[in-house]
Amino acid sequence: MDHDGLPKLDGALIHFRLDPRTGVPAYRQLVDQVRHGVRLGVLQPGDQLPSVREVVTQISINPNTVHRAYRELEAAGLAEGRPGLGTFVLAPATPPITAEHQTELQDELDRWVGKARAAGVDDEGIQALVAMSLLERDDRNVNEERVAR
Amino acid sequence: MTDTVTALETSGLGKRYGRTWGLQDCSFLLPQGRVAALVGPNGSGKSTLLRMAAGITVPTAGEVRVLGSSPQDQTVDVLTRIGYLDQERPLYKTLRVEEMLRFGRSLNPAWDDQLARRYLAELDISLRSRVGKLSTGQQAQVALTLCLAKRPELLLLDEPVAALDPLARQRLMQVLLGSVVDGGITVLLSSHALSDLEVVCDYVIILSASHVQLADDLDRVLATHRLLVGPRRDPSAVPNGVEIVSATHTERQSNWLVRAEQPVTDPSWEVVQPTLEEVVLAYLRDQASGGKVSLRSPSAPEHAGNHTNNEDVGAR
Repeated sequence: MDHDGLPKLDGALIHFRLDPRTGVPAYRQLVDQVRHGVRLGVLQPGDQLPSVREVVTQISINPNTVHRAYRELEAAGLAEGRPGLGTFVLAPATPPITAEHQTELQDELDRWVGKARAAGVDDEGIQALVAMSLLERDDRNVNEERVAR
Repeated sequence: MTDTVTALETSGLGKRYGRTWGLQDCSFLLPQGRVAALVGPNGSGKSTLLRMAAGITVPTAGEVRVLGSSPQDQTVDVLTRIGYLDQERPLYKTLRVEEMLRFGRSLNPAWDDQLARRYLAELDISLRSRVGKLSTGQQAQVALTLCLAKRPELLLLDEPVAALDPLARQRLMQVLLGSVVDGGITVLLSSHALSDLEVVCDYVIILSASHVQLADDLDRVLATHRLLVGPRRDPSAVPNGVEIVSATHTERQSNWLVRAEQPVTDPSWEVVQPTLEEVVLAYLRDQASGGKVSLRSPSAPEHAGNHTNNEDVGAR
């Protein structure tokens, strides 16, 4: 990957962070952040994930938790451990959002948020609506799967 | 990660100070390669346990084995494999950092001077500094570095982050966890910073009222504890196969923190995953209220409640 013109901070391509308030287990937060990075194209196939030591000293996390997260990513086919070298990103099953799509979706969302605000819905209300919409969609998918079977 | 080897094992371990037990009937296993949290209120026996494991304090009852040997035998072999850091962080304040290193080198056969110098360089601590002139955080870093340069297989840390500001705390943990990756050491550390421990540790030992309340894998602890929230009702309504660790009630609502080997499926309860902090506090609350629901310590009653006026029995 070419990093010309960008400030080079350190060797790692992504920096993990932990949110202790979410109740989401730490290993899952790491897995989700890699998935997110892949989806947004920050991480690309062939990229090396930070070493366990890098993650541990960066965010003060138990080494076994990082091992576990990387094992999960391998099991999900998102990463590959190469003995003696490290863990590397594999080609994702779902393609990353294209810049064009991202702009379009973002614009639509901005308009929708504007509408919600105008209707007097606060941030929490907006988040609840989004969560509900995602949840309903998940339910629908599950039901469709059931019907398909 | 091998779980087959035990780094630390106690059975029926106890220490009596005069007529009071500082620690009693303490039995647990700590597998090798873990970072274990030792939690409990002041005076619950944490320091006493660490000092017995380090071979400094002689047990009144029971046995402690470190890496298969008894530290009380005072054989040089086992003591060189243990690193112990007291909460007082004993350092010679008038010495320079490099003199402390020389000191450590002459006392420890497996001393790794390169490692010590590398860690201190990473922490921007000059070898020429006098120890007494360093900040509290830097003194803690030096003390930990000296411990790590010993190349211990088991590291016992008594309140390593107490009195440190958040940044110093974080840097200390980074050094500690980095050394776990480098050297595969086992760590047992006591701390009151419960919310930090959940991501740092993978094993938990809860001490309260001089007894072990729980000693297990963090994953297992989290997987087997649930917070049940529902309309107010008496404890007989608790689902089958569930032990109540602590209960709090409002006029309308009951909150039970329970230990359940099987998932709780009773739809009349809202089932929530508690944090480590919530689990630990539930065990401590249980003991403070007289230990009505005694899970792992059937002989607790005569000592329950004495930990409040028993502050730091184990400290000098």
